[in-house]
Amino acid sequence: MCTAWEPEMTADIHPPSRERGGDSLLTNPTVRSIAIQVLLVVCLVAFAWWIIDNTAQNLAAANIASGFGFLDSRSGFDIAQTPIAYSSNSTYGQAILVGITNTLIIAGSGVIVATIIGFLVGIGRLSHNFLIRTLSTIYVETFRNIPPLLVILFWYFGVLSVLSGPRGVAESPIGVYLTNRGLQTPSVLFQPLAWATFAVFLVGILATMWLARYSRKKQLATGERTPVLWPAIGIIVGLPIVVFLVTGVPAALEFPEASRFNLAGGFQLRPEFIALLLALSIYTAAFIAEIVRAGILSVSKGQTEAASALGLKRGQLLRLVVVPQAFRVIIPPLTSQYLNLTKNSSLGLAIGYPELVAVGSTVLNQSGQSIEVVVIWMVVYLGISITVSLLMNWFNSKMALVER
Amino acid sequence: MEEQVARFVATEQKQPLPPPPSERGIIGTTRRNLFATPLDSVLSILAGLIIVWGAWNIVNWAWIDATFTGSDREACLGEGGACWAFVGAKFSQFMYGVYPFGARWRIDLSVVMLIVLVAGIAIPRIPFKRINAMLLFAVYPVVTLILLTGGRFSFSGGGVTLLLLIAAAITISDVASRPEVGFGSLMKTAVGLALFGVLALFLSKFVSGASVEFLDLRFSTLTLVAFLASLGSIAVAVLTGFRSQEISRLRLLIPVVAVGLFVFVMTADFGLRPVPTNLWGGLMLTLVVALSGIAASLPLGIILALGRRSDMPAVRLFSVIFIEFWRGVPLITVLFMANFMLPLFLPEGVSFNQLLRALVGVALFSAAYMAEVIRGGLQAIPKGQYEGADAMALTYWQKMRLIILPQALKLVIPGIVNTFIGLFKDTSLVYIIGLADLLGTVRRGFNDPSWITPSTPATGLVFAAFIYWLFCFSMSRYSIYTERRLDTGHTR
Repeated sequence: MCTAWEPEMTADIHPPSRERGGDSLLTNPTVRSIAIQVLLVVCLVAFAWWIIDNTAQNLAAANIASGFGFLDSRSGFDIAQTPIAYSSNSTYGQAILVGITNTLIIAGSGVIVATIIGFLVGIGRLSHNFLIRTLSTIYVETFRNIPPLLVILFWYFGVLSVLSGPRGVAESPIGVYLTNRGLQTPSVLFQPLAWATFAVFLVGILATMWLARYSRKKQLATGERTPVLWPAIGIIVGLPIVVFLVTGVPAALEFPEASRFNLAGGFQLRPEFIALLLALSIYTAAFIAEIVRAGILSVSKGQTEAASALGLKRGQLLRLVVVPQAFRVIIPPLTSQYLNLTKNSSLGLAIGYPELVAVGSTVLNQSGQSIEVVVIWMVVYLGISITVSLLMNWFNSKMALVER
Repeated sequence: MEEQVARFVATEQKQPLPPPPSERGIIGTTRRNLFATPLDSVLSILAGLIIVWGAWNIVNWAWIDATFTGSDREACLGEGGACWAFVGAKFSQFMYGVYPFGARWRIDLSVVMLIVLVAGIAIPRIPFKRINAMLLFAVYPVVTLILLTGGRFSFSGGGVTLLLLIAAAITISDVASRPEVGFGSLMKTAVGLALFGVLALFLSKFVSGASVEFLDLRFSTLTLVAFLASLGSIAVAVLTGFRSQEISRLRLLIPVVAVGLFVFVMTADFGLRPVPTNLWGGLMLTLVVALSGIAASLPLGIILALGRRSDMPAVRLFSVIFIEFWRGVPLITVLFMANFMLPLFLPEGVSFNQLLRALVGVALFSAAYMAEVIRGGLQAIPKGQYEGADAMALTYWQKMRLIILPQALKLVIPGIVNTFIGLFKDTSLVYIIGLADLLGTVRRGFNDPSWITPSTPATGLVFAAFIYWLFCFSMSRYSIYTERRLDTGHTR
């Protein structure tokens, strides 16, 4: 019987040399892997070269000059919603900038509304209250399974377009009008002295941040909890109000005037914006609700029981134990939902909301520069995706469990 | 003193008192569920009001005020409720688009076949899963393609040669993987012939030669050479395989016979009237886009996911860039790209059908999402499984096919179905580039002058929403059911 320590056996303990055998080149893993990669790269380069060659020939045949020079020429079309200065005499480049701004506006407001609805519905799905739970479940199961484009069209063509026009609309005591031209509300006009209020508001936020830090330090050192919430509300809300009143109320409300044909003045939200915002936030909120529910369920029951055993109140239990742990599970999928919402905002094209894709497709149709426009789209969306991912990753790493 | 004696000793446990009336019966349940705390009561009343108000409005709109019959807009102008007469009048258009009336039985037949085959796969109790799967994934697409388009495709000699080369590759790898045959000089000849065929086919793109008619196919000189080389390669591989007693002879012939049959069926004339794709529309087009997207995205996604987990840096980098690119941009820009840029990418004179362009866009887009789902499954498989497979001396593809992928795919079934649901909803976007899918026909329907009323858009869209909802909801229920059935208790 052989035993492992016999000298003859040691030779077999070493793995067989890879370079032996007749077919060494075909069976050698390193050679094979390099060969496959070289083949892939060669194929890709050949493919890219073929495409570029074809494109160059096609463009030459169609007499289209490539390059981004067209961005400096006059656009000649109007845009309905212009948050930055723009007229039909502006350039294509400025038109696209307006589109990007509008995309960011709809994405930003959509994210806020969707988060609020999503969290409410997600918590509602875990409620002990039968009615609330049923309502939340119906909401999620309905809107998760309907295409967002359809919801957008529904709000725009099915609801907002068939409202009565602004002509002869009944006078509204609070100055809010919902017509087929959109939502008209009073706007706030600030006078010069209002800057003092804003300054105090900013100072209040900074002071609160310092207060929270000081309170945490003190608690770590002495175990004593200093109240933060009420002083914070006092500093951030109360102080600006006092300053606002002291400086003599330097702001006025401008009510929309119902004239014979239209509503003039005030603050207007266009129907395209309302339809897009409602549809995107309702659709995304259904997904956020499921994420929130899964996040809360992922916190094990022992955690809540232990927190109750320590004598934490229900609010403290949620704030100090459940939510921080749930957030770790919630943040990564929440990020991708925010990005989905941003990408879905491109559906505004279908109802004429002038976001990046809608403006871009007008530019594309007018100038024929399809490659350049598609490249701009891709670069902007990839840029937004990467920025948001980096931001959320940073937030995530701040929230992450610090393990020993 | 007299000893104290207990006068009463309980010999049995007393019955517990019944709960107070306020905790019993319907009242108790309601109290616990709806009115436990003051906040709860407020919420319950609010939710109750919302439910009653919502239900009342829906019933009012969809039933009491609704118009069910009528031949044009006059019928629907009155009450302001739903205009179901519109849906009734346009129903066949919503389903079939403008597909010729006489040929609609072809769509019906494809749908019936699809339902039968999918039911055969989806219901666990039905036997013959293997045959069923082959019918669904190999035979059904070809049959449907011929039924819907009318068939009579034309093949160039180069196309047939490419198919034959694929058949040759399958046969060679099948024969060479048998240890009793091995990789002898005959197999080397087969591989050499196949490579020669590939080279000749590749060169034929750059060299224009005289065209030759052969077997009713049009060849250039070089493609004819490639064609003959691929046939020779298959013949050598099959004959080598015949010497082994282990492989059944029928099996070796399957790839080449399948290619022959495919080319024959695709070019044959079955007497079906050709229907160009611009007549396709409605729910049928939605299903065509969704199902081809699903069929294309799963294999592509698996390959991309494996590429992203590969040890080879070039392969990994390529997969990462590909996946992240498609995931970072909205589908609508992908469709625009497919619509406007694909024609620019192809050589002059090669034109692509618009439906096909949309399909390419949808397939690439959903493949990237699928790849990420499958990668999740691959990462969830414990390292021991990979190492165990390596220790059994399995090759990479054997390891993946026999050990890793079956486990990984099973783990991510919910994710895969979610991607399918997302894809199904995303098909509605093709209407923006001008295809008349379900949403597109509804959208066109309510612009029809004879049906313009305030309630037409809402009615049409609610109808379309219900159909989308039905498909997506059933898919998600089936996924939950499968998840429970396949749960083998690996989760903690």
